[in-house]
Amino acid sequence: MIAAFALLAGLVGGLFLHPTAPGWLEPYLPIAVVAALDAVFGAVRARFEGIFDDKVFVVSFVSNVLVAALVVYLGDNLGVGGQLSTAVVVVLGIRIFSNAAAIRRRLFRA
Amino acid sequence: MTSSLPPPARTAAGGRSFRIIGVVLLALLGFALAVSVRTNRGPAGLATARQEDLVRILDDLDSRAGRLRSQVSDLQQSRDRLTGAQGNQAALDESRQRAAQLGVLAGTLPAQGPGIVLTIDDPRQQVRADVLVDTIQELRDAGAEVIDLSGVRLGVDSYVVDRGSGLQVDGKTLTTPYRFTALGDPATMAQALKIPGGIVDSVAERPGAKASITSSTHLEVRSLRPLPTHKYARSAPS
Repeated sequence: MIAAFALLAGLVGGLFLHPTAPGWLEPYLPIAVVAALDAVFGAVRARFEGIFDDKVFVVSFVSNVLVAALVVYLGDNLGVGGQLSTAVVVVLGIRIFSNAAAIRRRLFRA
Repeated sequence: MTSSLPPPARTAAGGRSFRIIGVVLLALLGFALAVSVRTNRGPAGLATARQEDLVRILDDLDSRAGRLRSQVSDLQQSRDRLTGAQGNQAALDESRQRAAQLGVLAGTLPAQGPGIVLTIDDPRQQVRADVLVDTIQELRDAGAEVIDLSGVRLGVDSYVVDRGSGLQVDGKTLTTPYRFTALGDPATMAQALKIPGGIVDSVAERPGAKASITSSTHLEVRSLRPLPTHKYARSAPS
């Protein structure tokens, strides 16, 4: 409950404060957001399966974001930034979908 | 992983701090989500484009700019050509006017204007070439711009010689009466010829010879000289 409120508060703050991301961060922000979403979906799935742990969530969240950003940064420096960011988004998207499928199974038993 | 080995005290203390961090992270995620969505909707999304995309876009723009630049220079050239046409017309008019003036001067074009007609009647052939040369000189001094002698247009290289049969001007044999048609100020030329000891007097000294002058406000000289072709002299850049 608190987590959902925190997410909502962040969204509202971001929408109303009109912040702009600093230049060096801008290319990595979308990737980091997708990676964080993956961690959030994993956490929701763990909550439904009864194995949620705050520490695991925090560590997976931070490491997901950092690894995604690092991979894209590396790709940019290697000259394959576009392809690697696509790869990261695809992998994270697959994970998000499988987590969402698990959540669905738990929720609707289908 | 940690959930498989739960020491109660640690879980409570560590769990709380991690929970707080987790909530903060979620708030941060919401914030970042909003920021990236906003940034993506920004102008053309160039700020978030990655370097190689930017390079490609820049290349595209460069080649497009090159094409447009060459178009611009093409159009400028044709514009200059078209606006230059008016200047050309002015230059052409000026050249035509100049050619007409020079043609009158050189005797290659017919001329008209006020002037006098000097007729030297000399049935006994007493008037020699020097009188005619003096007459030409006198007319030029008096400001004659075009002179015609019995159908021969006089130019800078005209000559008058005595032949046994009579006088020749520029190779053409003259018969009396000799008839000068000179374009210029009639009064000045008539006065120059009539002064005491002048042409009219010196002609009258010859037996049987007589000179008469008729002024006119409109005379035409239709005789022409061939265009001189220079063998050695060439125009030099001015």
